[in-house]
Amino acid sequence: MLMNLFKFKGGVKPPTNKTQSNTLPIAQAPLPSRLIVPLHQSIGGTPRPVVKAGDHVLKGQLIGEADGWISAAVHAPTSGTVLEVAMHVQPHPSGLDAMCVVIEPDGRDKWIAHGPLDYAAMAPEAVREHLQQSGVVGLGGAAFPTHGKLTASKTVPMDELIINGAECEPFITCDDLLMRERAEEVVRGIGIFRDLLQPKKVLIGIEDNKPEAAAAMRAAVDALNEPFLVIQVPTLYPAGGAKQLIRVLTGKEVPAAKRSTDLGVQCFNVATAYTAWRAIAHGEPVVSRLVTVSGNVHAPRNYEVLIGTPMGELLKLATPHPDTDGIVMGGPMMGFLVPNEQVPVIKATNCLIAHSDRVFPPKAPEMPCIRCGACAEVCPHELQPFEMYWFSRAKNFGKTQEYHIFDCIECGCCSFVCPSRIPLVQYFRFAKSEIWAREREKNAADGAKTRFEFKQLRDEREKAEKAEKLAKVAAAQAAKKAAEAAAAAAAETAAAETGAPGNDSAAPESKAVAEATTLPDATLTTVDAEKEAKRAAIAAAMARAKAQRDAMPAKNTEAVTIEQQRAIDDIEARRAVLAPAAVPGEKTE
Amino acid sequence: MFAPAPFLLKNTSVSQVMLQVCIALVPGIAAYAWLVGPAILVQLVIATLTALIAEALMLRLQHKPLAMFLPDGSAIVTAWLIALTFPPLAPWWLVVTGTLFAIVIAKHLYGGLGQNPFNPAMVAFAVCIVSFPALMSQWPSIGLQASLIEQINIILGFSPRIDALSGATPLDAMKTALKLGEGGIDVAQLLANQDIYGNFAGRGWEWVAAGYLLGGLWMWQRKLITWHTPFAFIGAVTLISGALWLYNPAQFANPLFHLFSGGTMLGAFFIATDPVSGCTTPRGKLIFAAGAGLLTYIIRVFGGYPDGVAFAILLMNLCVPVIDLLTQPPIFGMKDKA
Repeated sequence: MLMNLFKFKGGVKPPTNKTQSNTLPIAQAPLPSRLIVPLHQSIGGTPRPVVKAGDHVLKGQLIGEADGWISAAVHAPTSGTVLEVAMHVQPHPSGLDAMCVVIEPDGRDKWIAHGPLDYAAMAPEAVREHLQQSGVVGLGGAAFPTHGKLTASKTVPMDELIINGAECEPFITCDDLLMRERAEEVVRGIGIFRDLLQPKKVLIGIEDNKPEAAAAMRAAVDALNEPFLVIQVPTLYPAGGAKQLIRVLTGKEVPAAKRSTDLGVQCFNVATAYTAWRAIAHGEPVVSRLVTVSGNVHAPRNYEVLIGTPMGELLKLATPHPDTDGIVMGGPMMGFLVPNEQVPVIKATNCLIAHSDRVFPPKAPEMPCIRCGACAEVCPHELQPFEMYWFSRAKNFGKTQEYHIFDCIECGCCSFVCPSRIPLVQYFRFAKSEIWAREREKNAADGAKTRFEFKQLRDEREKAEKAEKLAKVAAAQAAKKAAEAAAAAAAETAAAETGAPGNDSAAPESKAVAEATTLPDATLTTVDAEKEAKRAAIAAAMARAKAQRDAMPAKNTEAVTIEQQRAIDDIEARRAVLAPAAVPGEKTE
Repeated sequence: MFAPAPFLLKNTSVSQVMLQVCIALVPGIAAYAWLVGPAILVQLVIATLTALIAEALMLRLQHKPLAMFLPDGSAIVTAWLIALTFPPLAPWWLVVTGTLFAIVIAKHLYGGLGQNPFNPAMVAFAVCIVSFPALMSQWPSIGLQASLIEQINIILGFSPRIDALSGATPLDAMKTALKLGEGGIDVAQLLANQDIYGNFAGRGWEWVAAGYLLGGLWMWQRKLITWHTPFAFIGAVTLISGALWLYNPAQFANPLFHLFSGGTMLGAFFIATDPVSGCTTPRGKLIFAAGAGLLTYIIRVFGGYPDGVAFAILLMNLCVPVIDLLTQPPIFGMKDKA
């Protein structure tokens, strides 16, 4: 099938280093001594642990419950005993700890009761929920919960479903082997995604350096009689980036600020499709994945590895050379050195590379930028990395955003070609995290300011309410007095009318009212008292409003001199800094 | 151990980039030495040594690591461009003065490698032509029959500066002749003088320019430079010279003459393409180089200097920040908005 392919700008061609690990079939990694299963393995909410130390769990048993819609469940990768639910170091460049369920395998690897689902009878919503409950997440590296991507845009028709089998990073061959050996299940999984998204076309993109995988996928598509297109795309890093593959296959460019579904396209990794099929057709949650073990090792190959396997134990299977001095998780372009050998394999772990100076020669020292523009030429997002570098270096973060730093996908092409050996991506990560930190600080300060202002408002309101209450009491007393006076007057009038001599000092209006109406005098006087009270309340309200108006100009800054303004600004700045600190104090009140 | 991704890097470095620029200059230098005289090789040596010593001194003064910066080759490229733009028999101290000015003031006082807003070699040329106009305008006639030893003696000042040296460049000669002729002499008559003019431009010099063109095309093929700068520079010179030539072929030389005379080819491929002081965006490069090409022609034909490349480049260097700012290309996914 001939198809018009598009190109993305930029890209680089690092040595692929794939042949080391793609010659042998997938091997099953043996049970490790213990499994450290992090609860937070996907983007979104951290699953809540549902087991505790001492519990016996079966393979596939739920151990972490999805927290919210964008979150995916976590399961026991084998049967055994929960040793602890505790903090352990994560496979993350930060080296920070996170909550993990540590399981000691009992060696039986006994599954929890599970079986195929009646897929044909399932409502789309039920399928999505089952995928969430099965812990199906994007296995291409981003680990976004898959069910969250399986809803088409309400306004834009779904044109293309892209299946990513490009695997553009050097060294990594796990998707290659998966497609070679398990193509049929991958294609069936794609069928599930197709059913949920109802796209017009399904395009499976595979880099043209994997002809065996492409052939296997084509055979599976034909065997299952699916209308999917298997397309070989030129080998050019980062063709396997979701946005780049979408561009190559459809010509559409998804900007950073948009979802791909807004452009009528969605993208999944082949391994994700495979796990989705296992979850539906066998009821198996995601408890293992394929991991390429390569680099400075004797026997590079792909392993089916239980989630939670300590990386050091996995690496040993490939017999690392003695000069190995670290483990890189992911590929050489975007991967990172893990903090130690104990960190576990997680759902996002597609590759381990034994690091040594032989495989990855140490970098030459960083030189000044000569603005050669090589980085801009290779940037797949058509950014100007050297400009962002100047501004990141100068900590001029506003400018970095003007140059679209958040469109950077950190693919590393710019660093790869830089003749000055500048670790550009590091500068961009630094700038991004600084911007995020500042945003958080600003939000905290804004929150504190809002709370402070609300407190002020509340104090004022309470004061006003108190004043009103006092005014009411005063008015009531005044009314009472008036009523007494009126009653006395009425009594006098009555006395006068009955011919009795009396004082003529009663209020003229009460007299007039009394004369004009036949209502009993007592009622009249109450009405008057009420009026009086109302008048007093209005007066109090007006006084309050006036007080507020008077208070306002104090805050106003219309008529201040420059020096005064500066002083005010200084005070405001100090207040802004102090405000967050004041928060806990406020809480303890 | 902290080593951020990417772990794989392309085999490249600043030294490699600069070395390739030097290699690209070799065809032009070879033609120069063969056709004009080996004195240029002496000047290249003087300029290179001066540049390296000045660079080392400046790095030492700034406590920057010599081992890292001295081999980067940027000072050598500057030195070579200075030697190639100065008269080949200029006294040694003229080249030394120019090179010192370029390295010390135009480069290091602005912050060193990657920081200079002006092309250092062009600053050197501008400073010397303003300060020593006579010496900077004395170019040897092609027919000069002096041995290498004699040429070295002239450069070093051991021999008197003989009359044969006081020629002008073909470009300068034409301008002066046309001016003196006051319309009575036409370009065709002048070009017939085979002492000065060759097949399509200055005798001998035309092949030096062709050598630069060859080296420049090699740099483009090696992706050291993009097509934008040379294309726009040469295009602009061709357009303006062609337009005036069509308007009055008797008084204005044809585009071919202008392309292969003076510093057009050197400027288009080696000077305007300097990444540090030039524009970086594709559209910016086109504007920068077209502006430099136009100014080059205007200065060399209507101005008072023998050639216009140096001032044209320096004037356009001034415009780089604003051109770059206004020509930022649209990014991935945002092209409809732009």
